[in-house]
Amino acid sequence: MSYQLDFAGLVPYLPQFAAGLWATIELTVISTLGGLLLGTLCAQGRISKDAWLRRSCSCYIEIIRNTPFIVQLFFIFFGLPALGLKLSAWQAGMFAMIINLGAYSAEIIRAGIDAAPKGQWEAGQTLGLTRRQVFWHIILLPAYQRVYPALVSQCIIVMLGSAVVSQISVEELTFSANFVQSRSFLSFESYMVAALVYLLLAILMRQTFALIKRFAFKNPSL
Amino acid sequence: MSLVSLDQVHKYYGENHVLKGVDLKVEAGEVVSIIGRSGSGKSTLLRCMNGLEEYQKGAVIVDNQSVENDDYKLRLLSRSVGMVFQNFNLFPHMTVGENVMLATKLVMKKSSAESEMLAKELLEKVGLADKFSAYPGNLSGGQQQRVAIARSLAMSPKVLLCDEITSALDPELVGEVLKVLEKLKQEGMTLILVTHEMNFARDVGDRVVFMNQGRVWETGQSDEVFSNPQTEELQSFLAAVR
Ligand SMILES: Nc1ncnc2c1ncn2[C@@H]1O[C@H](COP(=O)(O)OP(=O)(O)O)[C@@H](O)[C@H]1O
Ligand SMILES: [Mg+2]
Repeated sequence: MSYQLDFAGLVPYLPQFAAGLWATIELTVISTLGGLLLGTLCAQGRISKDAWLRRSCSCYIEIIRNTPFIVQLFFIFFGLPALGLKLSAWQAGMFAMIINLGAYSAEIIRAGIDAAPKGQWEAGQTLGLTRRQVFWHIILLPAYQRVYPALVSQCIIVMLGSAVVSQISVEELTFSANFVQSRSFLSFESYMVAALVYLLLAILMRQTFALIKRFAFKNPSL
Repeated sequence: MSLVSLDQVHKYYGENHVLKGVDLKVEAGEVVSIIGRSGSGKSTLLRCMNGLEEYQKGAVIVDNQSVENDDYKLRLLSRSVGMVFQNFNLFPHMTVGENVMLATKLVMKKSSAESEMLAKELLEKVGLADKFSAYPGNLSGGQQQRVAIARSLAMSPKVLLCDEITSALDPELVGEVLKVLEKLKQEGMTLILVTHEMNFARDVGDRVVFMNQGRVWETGQSDEVFSNPQTEELQSFLAAVR
């Protein structure tokens, strides 16, 4: 059995790949920022004095972490219109990714918060800071620092998971690969290219996060 | 009115009756040492004075403010009462200067320039002017504890509570921290210290409070208490620590 690889055959489709890549990058950047913000707010909600807020945050986190991403995505795109909330495919994909990372990162960040010594809270309190000020100024950054590797991995998982949003025809990288292979019949080559690009994106993300780490955590390790 | 006044304070941890009716008055400018066996309630007593622990019965009044379990009142109280901990509790992600300036900026709402000036002045006072931009993780224990003292002084408290602040230090670093306390006393700061440094309690402290089984068992002027302990419990405690 022999198969002639024909990457040259893909050259006419470069614009499709480029457009898909760009969409994937956009989805990733926005969902990473939005997801981490949402996760941080939920982690804060979980230690709130308000029992109702605590419960709502746990509920959201547990629902998301115990259902498949693709079902969440379909629910948002096909299900929510029944409730009168009509989103474009792009909006639905973005929303699903943010909600997904929000739940997973909330749980990771909470582990970092739980590991904060009680004395940090007490020191802040005796200095007259409000609970909220203690959280944002004293607890949060070392919490990120403690769980940083897990947080980075989760963001990369969500970036790779963005492939799933091609299912509701968001025109990202996987969608492009599907499109190209259906036109060119170069399936092997098309998906090979897609896989390589995802790999490169993951490596790029790791390096970006390593750079951020250098600037964000200047103190000697905790 | 005394600066700090405790009246029949009772504290329970669940079933555990930890403070059994403590009376204590501390005047402005006094240096009071609290001594006693581990588990006798010294830390708990101190933490009832700034609201870190609730108490179930009695009254604690500090700087004319009743210490109650109310976030807003406790924040007001924190301007009068500073606290230094055994484990320093410095904020690891902030430089020494940022540690000292955090509360002046966030709580006192001072400008950056004003906060920085104050921080430098306080670090100068504790002998660490050159460490303004260092991170706590790069300092010795003694240096970290002096930063912690400077940090609580930034709120210009009327009384400073110190809970075994030299206990986590290597013996050769204890002196530099005690020297700072001595200086504060000379400046008229009111100090309430839980301590195992009996020499310091005797030579620098004005008054000693011996806690035993959740009660103020014996109290008096430092030299008298150390040279002529009245109760058997204090006698055996002093014999054990010397
Ligand atoms: N957070 C807590 N929860 C329950 N019991 C506590 C707590 N803190 C202290 N205790 C108990 O209260 C008693 C007094 O403790 P503490 O004030 O720390 O004593 P000391 O500082 O004199 O060693 C001890 O029996 C201790 O076990
Ligand atoms: Mg103690």
